[in-house]
Amino acid sequence: MPNRQRRAALAITMGAVLGLAGALAAGPVLAQAAPRTDPARTDLVVGMRLEPPHLDPTAGAAAAIDEVTYANLYEPLTRIDAEGKVVPGLAERWEVSADGLTYTFHLRKGAKFHDGTAADSADVKFSLDRARGADSVNAQKGYFAAIAGVEAPDARTVTVTLSRPDGLFLFHMASGDAAIVAPESAGANKQTPVGTGPFKFERWVAGDRVVLVRNPDYDGPKPALERVTFRFISDPAAQVAALKAGDIDSFPQFDTYEALPQFRDDGAFTVMVGTTEGETILGTNNARKPFDDVRVRRAMAHAIDRKTLIDGVLFGNGAPIGSHFPPHRAGYVDLTGLYPYDPDKAKELLAEAGHPDGFATTLRLPPPIYARRSGELIAAMLAEVGVRVTIEPMEWAPWLEKVFKGKDYDLTLIAHTEPLDIDIYGRPDYYFNYRSERFNAVGAELDRTQDSAKRNALYGEQQRILAEDAVNGFLFMLPSATVQKSAVQGMWVNRPIQANDVTGVRWK
Amino acid sequence: MLAFLVRRLLTLALTAWLATLVVFAVLEAIPGDPALVMLGTSAQPEAVAALRAQMGLDRPWPVRYAGWVGGMLHGDFGTSLTYARPVAGLVADRLAITLPLAGLALVLSAGIAIPLGLFAAGQQGRAGDWAVMAFGQMGIAVPGFWFAILLILLFSVRLGWFSAGGFPGWEAGAGPALKALLLPAVALALPEAAILARITRTAALDTLREEYVRTAVAKGLPRRVVLRRHVLPNALIPVATILGLQFSFLVAGAVVVENVFTLPGLGRLLYQAIGQHDLIVVQSVVVLLAVTVVAVNALVDIACAAIDPRPRVTA
Repeated sequence: MPNRQRRAALAITMGAVLGLAGALAAGPVLAQAAPRTDPARTDLVVGMRLEPPHLDPTAGAAAAIDEVTYANLYEPLTRIDAEGKVVPGLAERWEVSADGLTYTFHLRKGAKFHDGTAADSADVKFSLDRARGADSVNAQKGYFAAIAGVEAPDARTVTVTLSRPDGLFLFHMASGDAAIVAPESAGANKQTPVGTGPFKFERWVAGDRVVLVRNPDYDGPKPALERVTFRFISDPAAQVAALKAGDIDSFPQFDTYEALPQFRDDGAFTVMVGTTEGETILGTNNARKPFDDVRVRRAMAHAIDRKTLIDGVLFGNGAPIGSHFPPHRAGYVDLTGLYPYDPDKAKELLAEAGHPDGFATTLRLPPPIYARRSGELIAAMLAEVGVRVTIEPMEWAPWLEKVFKGKDYDLTLIAHTEPLDIDIYGRPDYYFNYRSERFNAVGAELDRTQDSAKRNALYGEQQRILAEDAVNGFLFMLPSATVQKSAVQGMWVNRPIQANDVTGVRWK
Repeated sequence: MLAFLVRRLLTLALTAWLATLVVFAVLEAIPGDPALVMLGTSAQPEAVAALRAQMGLDRPWPVRYAGWVGGMLHGDFGTSLTYARPVAGLVADRLAITLPLAGLALVLSAGIAIPLGLFAAGQQGRAGDWAVMAFGQMGIAVPGFWFAILLILLFSVRLGWFSAGGFPGWEAGAGPALKALLLPAVALALPEAAILARITRTAALDTLREEYVRTAVAKGLPRRVVLRRHVLPNALIPVATILGLQFSFLVAGAVVVENVFTLPGLGRLLYQAIGQHDLIVVQSVVVLLAVTVVAVNALVDIACAAIDPRPRVTA
């Protein structure tokens, strides 16, 4: 083709591409999206970023399993409500003995599994024994470690004896990992889940959606929704498009934070930003030089500007933390002022620790977008004080194997999303390689304490110890953003546990 | 011909076996424990060990390799570590989306490209030719995923004619299912159609220079008839070869488009399985893809040999 012709063709191409892009990128396109709203609707389409690998919460740690099944499909003995309080689940009430060693649970009368069999004390005993047994593949086997025995004196009563007091026992029994399952159906729950909840499983289009329908035989209050569809959309642009096209009614745990303003400006949508239990930390290998020196760790704390980090990573939607504890929980102590952003002070401390010219180190980052973005900003901040950071992005499996299990790392960055998990700092072989007799002594005291005011004081003490030791870089709490059609009511604003409890959701 | 066939089949078997070795070795070398991925950061070591035993990962690697390959020879691809379902069923479910998608894209791209290419050849140097070549450049230059997003913005968000991705499942009926595949197929077809249109144009121009075409024109046949009767059939030979090869590209390109449209096809299965470190699924899907590509190439070779005897002699 002659040159002139080629140029002409190129000009036409450019014109067409730019014209198409311009026409679509122009504001009105997105603003015109009018999601269909029908007041009579009894179905709900919930968007989720990740698909659950399977639907058995007693055999997997993936948050997506609980985000579909918790409270909707399965019920544990106790349950966590929207405010994070422990409320009745399959057990309508319970008593705790004075020594904190015996828990007696009274089960709901008439509770049934979705296959029609009664949910009684034998099923509870089976579920708890299975979770703590030698063959257990429960991701939170530790929650059941204090159980010495489970008795079923009659069909509606279960007595659990503990070998030592466990202040968090009722809290842990409310987790999805403690869901009550039946011996007849437990083996097949991964693909065809059978629980006791107000919704039952209908179908799973692998890779696309899971559909739950209202359980007509549920013995408790019936939910307003008849059908709930969980759709799995991992691509951020596709998430925004699916919301704008009206395909998705509610998208909880929406982490495409940069898209929140456009939904806030659109009257058809409501944006809610609440809290999660996800303490995001710059994980630090306390056993490895130079991080075994508390002055180095404190220097790094002074070098990190949390405000810039939160603005850059979460577009302003997140609370800074100064220790490993969420600000919305009773017992929180504000320690964010302990190491104010001060690069000069950081350099001073580094020089004092014998690193006047800083040092080189590696930051291994797992896949989540918050981790990758935070990592880049922190590397830049640390460079300001002379710490030369090499970023190493990793996939989940190698990260778990090398960093988390193998403790082969200098620095990493991750949100710890389990609720009330400050006790991880007392675990002897945890990946921080942190050891503190003081911290462990307070932990032992916590296990013996039931009184909530005293417990909170002890939690405060633990937070102070961690902050003083600057164990990790304490950064921010992951927010829980929900984008949904304005007529949807009753979705959780906060995420006290990772779940999408839709039992109280209705259309306005 | 028989010796040629046997040679091709032996190559196929050897390639498949090498593929199993490479895939297995690579996955063994990459750090990562499927049981740990499954049980996460709070897991107790004995629970991870119990799950490893349940998954059969505690056996030494030669045993696992032999078990996997031996199973495949019997048509048993193993059980997915994460989904706890037979891999054959998982793959079949996903192929039920990826194959129709690639097929639809193939039909679309041929349906668009061949008439356009012929038209451009007939119009060589004139405005119509320019327009087609511009389309060709645009189709090649625009990344498929970006075009896919534009399609979603226009047809789903603005016009509301299609949903913005997802798949209702074949059990929802052929109509809704095909509707869900249409936009992704267009996104997938455009770059291929652009390449194909250029190849059709070139092939047609080459054929136009043949003496029999000159003869046909000299006989006084209208240009339209010359193009259809004498040029098209001969120009189609290179086009058909490219089209056959493109099918592999379509299956591969589907990975990206499936992610944008959140279609649960084979590409997304592979993508998720790698994330979950689901060794069995990754191994089996990769080997399946490798065997498919080699088999398609072998078929193309055999078909060419059947038409044109020269490769049989020289090969």
